[in-house]
Parts: sequence; C-alpha cells; structure tokens
Amino acid sequence: MTVDKERQLRLSSAEDVVLIRQAVRQWSADLGFSLVDQTKLVTAASELARNAVIYGGGGEARIRTLARNGRLGIQVTFQDNGPGIADIEQAMKDGFTTGSGLGLGLGGAKRLTQEFEIESNPGEGTRVTFVRWR
Amino acid sequence: MDRIPILKMGDLLLVTIQVDMHDRLAMSLQDDLTDKIVSGKARGVLIDISALDMVDSFIGRMLANIASMSRILDAETVVVGMRPAVAITLVELGLSLRGVRTALNVDQGMTLLRSFGAEG
Repeated sequence: MTVDKERQLRLSSAEDVVLIRQAVRQWSADLGFSLVDQTKLVTAASELARNAVIYGGGGEARIRTLARNGRLGIQVTFQDNGPGIADIEQAMKDGFTTGSGLGLGLGGAKRLTQEFEIESNPGEGTRVTFVRWR
Repeated sequence: MDRIPILKMGDLLLVTIQVDMHDRLAMSLQDDLTDKIVSGKARGVLIDISALDMVDSFIGRMLANIASMSRILDAETVVVGMRPAVAITLVELGLSLRGVRTALNVDQGMTLLRSFGAEG
C-alpha cells in the first residue's frame, strides 16, 4: 500500500469540523468516488471530527489518498487529546453516549466506511481511522 | 454572529439552508425558529435542504427537534429537497428522522402545509 498525498488539519472548533468535511468532499471527488460514496465519507468524517472536538477536547485530522493493488482509497485519521474511551465496545453501540448526542457517531461512521479502527486508552486520547476504497 | 435567515409568508415560515452549517449555527437556527413561530403566530415551517450535501447526526437531530418543538407550538414542519445521496447516507448512519415530515420539493411541501391549514 502506498500513500500518494497527505494533509493534516487542526481540529479545535465547530468551524474546523466544517473544514474537514469540505476537504474530504474535495479529495473524494478528485479521486472519482460516486456521489453517494462521497456523501458517506463526508458524513463519517463529520461525526468523528465532532467527537474529537466535543469529547476529545480537540486534536488533529489527517487525510490520505491510498493505492493498493491498483485500487484507490481515502484514509482519514482523527487523533484527539481527550480522556480516552474506557469501554470501546460500549462506545460503538448505537444509542450509547456520555454526552447529549444521539450516540450514532462511532457506530454510524463505521457503517459508512469499509475499514474502521479505533485505538484508545484512558488518559491517552483516542485515535480513529477509517478507509473507503473506490 | 452569522444567522440563517427565516422568511415569513402569511402564517408560514420559510428557511433555505444554503451554507455548510457548523453546529452552533444549527443550534441558533433551532432557537430562532421556535422564537419566530411564537412571535409570528406561524402555523407552518418549511425547511429547504436541497443545497445541503450532507446531513449528519447533529443536523438530523436539529431537524427532528425543530419538528417536535414546532408541533408543540401548534405549527407543522416539512423538510423538503433532500438529495438522494443524503437520504441513503442518513439511513445507513442509523437516522430515520421519524416524526419529520418530508416532501420532494418546495411546491409539494407548500401543498402539504396548506393541507394542514396553514396559509402561505
């Protein structure tokens, strides 16, 4: 697998969430993703970016274009500096939230992407990565 | 601070969301609309989201909240113009927008609101 292009974006405010959405939209359109796939990527990115800002106290996002066995894909990673997630399995469940949201963010983002990885330890922040191949 | 404009037409309120909303902007729309329903004695609210290229759980919840709050205030809300790709993504995300009335476009949304007794 090779990385063709990479961009880092700061994640500290509601406006940054919008900027992430726009960047993911642009990159997935440039890569030739269908409109539905672009929308899924943008929506997943929006959920995770908001999580990083609200629950993780901010952090950063990294967008990459990938190539593997002749296929192109987009990978987005969200790293926050928050308290971490004690029980990832519980956090992935629809309807579970420690805040005031709907609790659809993590599970929903996973359904909208093809590869989904979450690493977190209490006190060490959370890193979520997703990939969608074209 | 920027705000999404709300137009009044008869006893209808019309909103066209034309910007990529950040969360605070979505919250202020929710607050402004409920205020205007009361101050303007509105019976119907039409929200055009045809310019929105995504609806995530936050915006979806805002739409559902507006529909519930307006109903309690004796006004009906219709959300119109959702793009097909947005609808597909919303369902996969796990959001069904139960309780939110929708119509394909502004014309049909207005017809629906008039059928509830609102006069635009």
